[in-house]
Amino acid sequence: MPRGLRQEASGNDGNTGLAGGVTLASIELVQVTKSFDKNVVIKDLNLKIEDGKFTVLVGPSGCGKTTLMRMIAGLDPQTSGSVLIDGKDVTRIPPGRRGVAMVFQNYAIYPTMSVRENIEFGLKNNKVPKEERIRLVESISETVGLRPYLDRKPSTLSGGQRQRVALARAMVKKPAVFLMDEPLSNLDAKLRVQMRIELIELHKKLGTTFVYVTHDQVEAMSMADTIVLMNQGEIQQEAPPEVIYRKPGNLFVAQFIGVPPMNVGELGADGVTFGFRPEHAVLSAEPGDFHYSVRGTIVTREMLGSETIYQVRTDRHTFMIKCTEDRFSADQEVFMGVPADKLFFFGADGNRLDERDQRIAGYMNALRVQSHG
Amino acid sequence: MDKRRLWEAVRPYVMILPAMAGIILFVIYPVLYLVKLSFYKYNLLNASRSKFIGLDNFTQIFTRGDFYSALINTVVYTVGVVLLTLILSLLIAVWLSRKSRFNAVVQAGIFTPHIISIVSIALVWMWMMEPSYGLLNFLLKSLGLPTSQWLQSSRTAMMSIIIVSVWQGIGYYTLIIVAALQSIPPSIYEAAALDNAGKFKMFYKITLPLISPQLFFILIIMTIGSFKVFDTVKIMTGGGPNNATTTLVYYIYEFRTTSIGYASATGVVLMAIIALLTFVYFRLLARKVHYQ
Repeated sequence: MPRGLRQEASGNDGNTGLAGGVTLASIELVQVTKSFDKNVVIKDLNLKIEDGKFTVLVGPSGCGKTTLMRMIAGLDPQTSGSVLIDGKDVTRIPPGRRGVAMVFQNYAIYPTMSVRENIEFGLKNNKVPKEERIRLVESISETVGLRPYLDRKPSTLSGGQRQRVALARAMVKKPAVFLMDEPLSNLDAKLRVQMRIELIELHKKLGTTFVYVTHDQVEAMSMADTIVLMNQGEIQQEAPPEVIYRKPGNLFVAQFIGVPPMNVGELGADGVTFGFRPEHAVLSAEPGDFHYSVRGTIVTREMLGSETIYQVRTDRHTFMIKCTEDRFSADQEVFMGVPADKLFFFGADGNRLDERDQRIAGYMNALRVQSHG
Repeated sequence: MDKRRLWEAVRPYVMILPAMAGIILFVIYPVLYLVKLSFYKYNLLNASRSKFIGLDNFTQIFTRGDFYSALINTVVYTVGVVLLTLILSLLIAVWLSRKSRFNAVVQAGIFTPHIISIVSIALVWMWMMEPSYGLLNFLLKSLGLPTSQWLQSSRTAMMSIIIVSVWQGIGYYTLIIVAALQSIPPSIYEAAALDNAGKFKMFYKITLPLISPQLFFILIIMTIGSFKVFDTVKIMTGGGPNNATTTLVYYIYEFRTTSIGYASATGVVLMAIIALLTFVYFRLLARKVHYQ
């Protein structure tokens, strides 16, 4: 990896060719439905993506997040409803004229063209004059660290460099909206972490609307201004990362976000489920003074360095507990406690009960009864 | 220990021996023998009376008008067949590349001529091209178009043979190009759509370069094959009328009894021409072909 975006991003903005003339655009989906043949993937979905924000669409595979993005790009137009970019209905506008650029999962670089031709292709099609084109290509390639590789064929580049070609190709068009479809999933773990930071910085620098699709909740949490969490074609929650984490809207969100995800268990009353984050439980050799406190056995221990994850089996449930200290070993008997303010309750419909909900007090008592088995 | 090292050194050669024996026996020896024959005035009845005449056969070839007319016929045939087949099969392949049941049926239909013997095809077409009673002239007449003498006239005979060869070959090459087209990832076209590329530009800048290895392969294979055309000519026209369809291989065939040495020399010349053509193709086109 030669020079990254990272070094460049902090450098001189005037040289990038990107400064100035930044166009922003909000995206709005109104009552959109998408079906493939008779298979309805998304039904009557409404979503507003704010301009200039880094929005991440996240969800398990098949949840419709990529479909949603392809509707915005115009690659698979919606079956009904409308897509508005910057307030204009773009339903009848072809992908190339929507002012969007997209980075594909497999990069979709033109294999027969050199890096320069790849970056230049969109500009040529948009009839950008030659001197302007050369200037743009050179400044963008400098930004992403591809300058020495401009005349190479993509097949001679590494995965990370190809990723940069795809990025440069998108950036050079100065789009109002950046669409990214799992752009990091083909990179190795180390490079992925590095590119994540570079993308955050790129977004900060460009200030344009980013829409990013991923199934990886870590990517979503780390990069997003707003997370749109989807499942089975429906939006489960739309909120900033900290809200999604601290106040998950429902059981699905609670169990999708977090490594390991939220521990949940049946309360045994009204079909209500209780839950708590793995890092909020405290393990001790002696029973402690917690609202919810149970005895259990450690089944597995995963020592990850800065933290240790224990799988604890109680007589009713199995929980994952994250500790910063590594004091226990497998098969050891322990006491596990969770303070009252770290407990969540989810109704029979899966939605989280608000802290002010009057039923909470009753459920707290029910949980207290379960304590100490 | 030494024995073992010796075996290590010899083993690769022992391994390729069976294959090499076949190649030497059936390829290298016949070619060398052909070259040898081309230097002789060969006597079929009494081989011992054959005479070494040096390059006389070759001098004769290059001074005789009928060789040049055969060469020109072959070039006309090759250019016609290669160009028509390439263009038509590319067009049909682009049309058929979308996966659907209808397209699969059409593709199978177009491919069928390839599995039929060229002898049957030639005979059926001869029958259809019959000027007075044939189907083709009947169709032309019922459409109010001028009829043709087809194989019976030296002006149209070569064109008729080209039509039959193209008809027979098109399905096979369409199949190759369809496979090539279907191997192009759809996301590349989507990226191009987002880059605001028009249909023509997509075809010219993305599709063609991506299938260029297959097109180049077809070009070379077909050129070599067309230069060696024989069966269609033999069955449909016998080189006529008035030698209008005598191609190089048919020319060689005509000397099979009268002058083996001369026929061999022509064979050597044909081989050289094909080798030269292939070399020229590689020199001219290899840079335009994008291997991945």
